[in-house]
Amino acid sequence: MNHTASQEKTSAIFVDSVSVQYRVPHEQLSGIKEYAIRWLQNRLQYKKFWALKDVSLDIRQGELFGIIGRNGAGKSTLLKVMARVIKPTLGRVVMIGRTAPLLELGAGFHPELTGRENIFLNGALLGLPQKAINNSFDEIAAFSEIDEFIDAPLRTYSAGMVARLGFAVATSARPDIMLVDEVLSVGDAQFQEKCLARMISFREQGTTIVLVSHSMDRVSNFCHRAIWLEGGEVAAQGEAPEVVQQYIQTA
Amino acid sequence: MKKFSMTYYDSSSPVHPFVEELQALKVYRGLVVQFVTRAIKTRYKRSILGVVWTMLNPLLTMVVLTVVFSQLFRIQIENFPVYVLSGQLIWIFFSTTTSAAMGEMLWSGELIKRIYVPKSIFAVAAIGTGLVNFLLSLLPLILIALVLGVQLSPVVLSWILVIFLLSIFSLGLGLLLSTATVYFADMLPVYNVLLTIWLYVTPIIYPLEIVPQQWHWLFRINPVYYFVEAFRAPILTGTIPGWDIWLPATTFALITFLIGGFVFTSKSSEYAYRL
Repeated sequence: MNHTASQEKTSAIFVDSVSVQYRVPHEQLSGIKEYAIRWLQNRLQYKKFWALKDVSLDIRQGELFGIIGRNGAGKSTLLKVMARVIKPTLGRVVMIGRTAPLLELGAGFHPELTGRENIFLNGALLGLPQKAINNSFDEIAAFSEIDEFIDAPLRTYSAGMVARLGFAVATSARPDIMLVDEVLSVGDAQFQEKCLARMISFREQGTTIVLVSHSMDRVSNFCHRAIWLEGGEVAAQGEAPEVVQQYIQTA
Repeated sequence: MKKFSMTYYDSSSPVHPFVEELQALKVYRGLVVQFVTRAIKTRYKRSILGVVWTMLNPLLTMVVLTVVFSQLFRIQIENFPVYVLSGQLIWIFFSTTTSAAMGEMLWSGELIKRIYVPKSIFAVAAIGTGLVNFLLSLLPLILIALVLGVQLSPVVLSWILVIFLLSIFSLGLGLLLSTATVYFADMLPVYNVLLTIWLYVTPIIYPLEIVPQQWHWLFRINPVYYFVEAFRAPILTGTIPGWDIWLPATTFALITFLIGGFVFTSKSSEYAYRL
């Protein structure tokens, strides 16, 4: 581990030999009794599998970084590790800067609360101070185009509206790092453009963006560098268009 | 040493997770307020009587118990209604906050798998909600005391310390139970059975005097007994109990809080994998 202070200045995200192991029990043991019996019989067996194997990355400040790969290749797991949702089983992750996770927009939204209440709840879930949410409330409402539904319970919203609200809250203040997981595929084309425009403007102001996408066009046109994950391992890493090219050839 | 902040995260931070958790809670204090108001709102939205029920519930139990003990068993205790009600408030706080801490942890599994929050926030919010309900139910207690002609002396101010100690005791136990519930889903019903037993070995609904002396050791090993006694004495007899109550109460509170905090935080990186 030769992670020096000078590297930290330019790095925004530092992923060092990260591996993530999931344990899936063979059978669902939920009860204490069952658990105790199995434990006594020494028959507690788990299917272990590595969702990520020895992944290393050094993403620099202001960089647009793409992650590609098939379903189940570990893309979302890698983002979750960066968003500190899960701690790596092995290795180390360092995030330098305020990170806005856009993994599942509206995670933590409450269906019975109104749009207004959800803006405050979601802001608090992202660790934003109450005051900051208050200040940017009008801007959030305007960007998400919720209009007269702002005081209606969230369960009456369409999936697109929920995604718009989630994106608007998460990006209400410019983050240093944005983790984006296919979220743009939810809304309509017009809203996707709007989100993209906001991301580009953030990037110009120095925000680092990590993008998981199945759209190869977007990755090769939009990103500087990219990583291709295959079965949890790095299959290729480098300039985005080249990585995309390699990926397409094998697909 | 790098402090916890929203702008720096190191998965291999040398800072102990317990310390990190405390720092994270400070950053996320707005979320605690959100969770508490949401819990209070949903409780009281359902019925207009909502607030009234919080106060009425212990009151009705108190009436029943007073009738039972004074009429049936012919036991005379001065101000028995105040005795029962004060014990009940402590018990309700303790039992609801510890169960809520576990319940919230279990129901928040989906959230924990999707977004980072300090995991102890659910237990902390449960304590916060319990405190609001507790403050509300202090009103009927004081009212009954005044009606019965009990002299309220300034020593009731010692309640602040009692509630503080009870809160950190409940938080510690709530965190231990939350850890257990991540690994064993049926911890919640098991705990409910334990609570029923626990209630009967705590002098809340019956007078201490009816218990034979040879069983009093049961109270001495029961942490809740000390909180009940420390809370009761100021309103029942206008006195502050001695060190034989305060010392065990403080010791139980601090030790439970520290053990709960350390166990919970040292396992907390596994919760997103397990829930």
